[in-house]
Amino acid sequence: MSWSTPPYLLADVSVRRVMLQVLVALLPGIAAYVWLIGPAIILQLLIATLAALLGEALMLRLRRRPLLLFLTDGSAIVTAWLVALAFPPLSPWWLTVVGVLFAIVVAKHLYGGLGQNPFNPAMIAFAACIVSFPALMSQWPALGLRLSLAEQFGIIAGLAPRVDAMSGATPLDALKTALKLGDGAVDVPTLLATQEVFGNFAGRGWEWVSTGYLLGGLWLWQRKVITWQAPAAFVGGLSLLAGILWAWNPQQFANPLFHLFSGGSLLGAFFIVTDPVSGSTTFRGKLIFGFLAGAIAYVIRVFGGYPDGVAFAVLLMNLCVPLIDMYTQAPIFGMKNPK
Amino acid sequence: MISALAIMALGAVVLGAALGYASIRFRVEGDPLVEKIEAILPQTQCGQCGYPGCKPYAAAISAGEADINLCPPGGMDGVRKLADLLGREVKPLEAEEKPKQIAIIDEQTCIGCTLCIQACPVDAIVGAAKQMHTIIEPLCTGCELCVKPCPVECISMQPIAENIDNWKWKYPVFEIKRAA
Amino acid sequence: MLAKLFRFKGGVKPQTNKAISVHEPIGRAPLPARLFVPLHQSIGGAPNPLVQAGDSVLKGQLIGAADAWVSAAVHAPTSGRVLAVEEHVAAHPSGLPTLCVVIEPDGRDEWIERRPVDHHSLPPERVRELLRDAGVVGLGGAAFPSHAKLTPARAVAMEHLVINGAECEPFMTCDDMLMRERADEIVRGIAIFRELLSAREVLIGIEDNKQEAIAAMQEAVLRLAPDYRVVAVPTRYPAGGAKQLIRVLTGKEVPASRRSTELGVQCFNVATVYTAYRALACGEPVLSRIVTLTGNVERPRNWEVWLGTPMREVVALARPRADSSSFLMGGPMMGFEIPDLDAPVVKATNCIIAASPALFPPPPPEMPCIRCGACAEACPHELQPFELYWFARARNFGKTQEYYIFDCIECGCCSYVCPSHIPLVQYFRFAKSEIWAREREKQAADAAKERFELRNARAEREQAEKAERLARAASAKASEKRAPPDPGNKPAPESAPAVDQPPAAAGEVAMTAGDAEAIRKAAIAAAIERARSQRESAQPRNTDRLSAGQQREIAAVEARRAARSTAATAAASGTAAATDSGGAAVPPAGSRRDD
Repeated sequence: MSWSTPPYLLADVSVRRVMLQVLVALLPGIAAYVWLIGPAIILQLLIATLAALLGEALMLRLRRRPLLLFLTDGSAIVTAWLVALAFPPLSPWWLTVVGVLFAIVVAKHLYGGLGQNPFNPAMIAFAACIVSFPALMSQWPALGLRLSLAEQFGIIAGLAPRVDAMSGATPLDALKTALKLGDGAVDVPTLLATQEVFGNFAGRGWEWVSTGYLLGGLWLWQRKVITWQAPAAFVGGLSLLAGILWAWNPQQFANPLFHLFSGGSLLGAFFIVTDPVSGSTTFRGKLIFGFLAGAIAYVIRVFGGYPDGVAFAVLLMNLCVPLIDMYTQAPIFGMKNPK
Repeated sequence: MISALAIMALGAVVLGAALGYASIRFRVEGDPLVEKIEAILPQTQCGQCGYPGCKPYAAAISAGEADINLCPPGGMDGVRKLADLLGREVKPLEAEEKPKQIAIIDEQTCIGCTLCIQACPVDAIVGAAKQMHTIIEPLCTGCELCVKPCPVECISMQPIAENIDNWKWKYPVFEIKRAA
Repeated sequence: MLAKLFRFKGGVKPQTNKAISVHEPIGRAPLPARLFVPLHQSIGGAPNPLVQAGDSVLKGQLIGAADAWVSAAVHAPTSGRVLAVEEHVAAHPSGLPTLCVVIEPDGRDEWIERRPVDHHSLPPERVRELLRDAGVVGLGGAAFPSHAKLTPARAVAMEHLVINGAECEPFMTCDDMLMRERADEIVRGIAIFRELLSAREVLIGIEDNKQEAIAAMQEAVLRLAPDYRVVAVPTRYPAGGAKQLIRVLTGKEVPASRRSTELGVQCFNVATVYTAYRALACGEPVLSRIVTLTGNVERPRNWEVWLGTPMREVVALARPRADSSSFLMGGPMMGFEIPDLDAPVVKATNCIIAASPALFPPPPPEMPCIRCGACAEACPHELQPFELYWFARARNFGKTQEYYIFDCIECGCCSYVCPSHIPLVQYFRFAKSEIWAREREKQAADAAKERFELRNARAEREQAEKAERLARAASAKASEKRAPPDPGNKPAPESAPAVDQPPAAAGEVAMTAGDAEAIRKAAIAAAIERARSQRESAQPRNTDRLSAGQQREIAAVEARRAARSTAATAAASGTAAATDSGGAAVPPAGSRRDD
């Protein structure tokens, strides 16, 4: 007697398809990235993918899980791409590999593999590397750096010297540094308007990468791969805090738009806080999770020691997920107005 | 130095008084632990643990005189629950675990001696002297206490057969392994 | 049609595949060579058989009477001879047998006397009894006895009577065809139910993919009962679930913890209403039902099938294609694989689907849950299936109940949408049946404990009484010969010395427990002596007429027993002596432990 079980009809859905859609949704952001700094990011994505698959295969073998089934589910590649996109694009190859392996081996498989990790693996990788290699992790290609393909590959491969021009700063860094050096004498609106690094509204080039993520995220939402609550709450939490401080002192604090479109805000909003495994799952839980993650990210990036706070904010909120989920269970069918 | 000592002493006295008061004021009558333990025990009253019934065994566990792994009808499940309740370590059962059984009297052989009726701790056997006896199946706890007293060995223990009423949905096979 | 519709959350839209089986009208399945009519075809108590092998029965004759209020009668589907009342494989996912009346039809199809009744002239209780005795149960698949649902709540006025013609399961068209062909009877049946419940409003919900059925019902309603409302509801599985349909039509939500009558609403399937009408207006009990035969077959169609017809013969009517690998009873969402086609069609058999790997591809391998929440989105009861899954998988049944596992209707929406292809419903069914089993065990344990305590109290009382009697006797006859205990006494439960005694003696050997140690010891000695002499002289009476073989067996048993008895005797009397008159019930347990 066979043990097939009802329902005998199944929708045409799979984990692989979910993951593939996430990868597709990352493409607009990646395209903008390529336009911004050149094909280096493609190489990084390739390195990351390869490292992720190797790490995944190794761990699956060690854990005696079916190799093919899990290697092709796409989850490792999603993690790899998120790591690659969160890291500086001209990081040496080994930094990417270390980050990806840390994500796959420690953050994912040591916790039990797909579906079991309490923390977002990509954010764990980012946090681990920014703590371990703070210098390398803050070397972003300087504005207007135009390197040839060979030069970029040389830098990533460690064959070419890491030129000075590379140790640029992200708009967030630039703002922070300027504020620190200016010691209160800086006028943020003028700074944003005058310095080239800040681009049209949030950072030259970066604003378009963020727009790419936004587009991809909206597509995911339209495809019902993600729900609106967590991203909306994240954007809401970040903008609300930014808005309050900006309204209070526009000379010292950048406007919410700048914060939304710089750093990892939109990547985080649509691709990190929406991670179902490590995120909250209830309606209200997602709102709380997203909102607090956004708010904490803002606090860390403005008042903390690190250039961006998305990773730490998300990890902190990952910690709270079981509690949030427990207290935000929605009433079920028929129990909404218990008499 | 003196004042420090005095403060510490005063603290000790105050706390001690508070604890002493609490122990009197919030004293729990009886021993709810025994009841909690008894609720876990299967109430077969079989005595296989070495105690004459489930309650004495529960009392013995509560008093720390008996181990938690002496109850074969409760099975490993029962041991686990007891370990959970008491914060003790899970131990393997002393005896082997058997599927749940009930006693069946072979009515052809029964001579009506009433010994099994006297042995049955839960009044699950009916019959009178020199009349045939029979087990009331739904009441039988499977304690086996009636088996040995029977002088003609007409009582046997039989595992409860699966039927539509007690049939259970099975734990789904975990297919990841199979896909390997 | 102007009704304001509500919506339920969740639900899915699988391919309906209904069109294939509605081309032909309902056919009447031929009588099989043998009918296997299970006695237990509804929720509730199992009916008692009223016939035995060799009896001849008439069509419609009662063969199993309801044994409780929630139970429904079973009838002979045709006239013939009862071949046996025996266990036969059931239409049940387990493939276990159930008690069936096996009938060999005589071909005459001779009815019992049918007595149509006018339900207006009868009190409601009597109508409910008639329905129970006609075997009217929910034909949507649950087979809950209908009469038990026809009592309105005392405190709440019955607002809505919902008639379920939604039929949301893919492939299934039996209700659709019934509404197309027999709308008048359905509408007349609704009138009966409405009257019993004194419902203010009647709402007939039909999924909007069944336009012909809607038209037929509207036409019948217009003619017979213009105040009923036929409402087309959006096609979305499981709109035909009773709770979902109630929600859609009335906006009320019935949780598992409450009855729908408490909310002033009740729901019946159209086929149920139809059989109720036949039962009262024609005096015909439920003998057949309409079954959709569809799936991987040459000739999908609806058939009116006699209950008890082996599925093998029913399936043959549809000519299943050669690559059919298995057959499902019920729809593809909630049905189950029929373990054995010898199983008979029962009242719950609404559909039989021939399955093939092409039609229902085997599920891809199960992956771990990624908590994507698709199941929670799809759950019509707004549960968190993935949370329930974690707990059920870990056998943490307490937690599953905290997350309302019993509100799960096992509709299968969660499994349908799961990207990890986890058999979620299976986990929930597993958890539910484990919880039920534990509940049963707990109740049995509580009852056992209570009986044990009562028994101990009784033993204690008897012992005290006996001790008192003995003490009196002993003091009266102190100078005379030691008196043996009253032979007329009932055996005391604590008669430890008798443990290894032969049977006939036991009734007369009573354990003594006096307050004076000397008396007691002497009495024990006397009792043992008496028992011994009796054992030697007397033969147990019921061994008089035994065959030589049986005698030998008993002799062998006695020999084995004798070999063991020495130790037992010593131990038993030791325990008995050590027991004071207050410590009842200890000896039996104690003496047993020594073996």
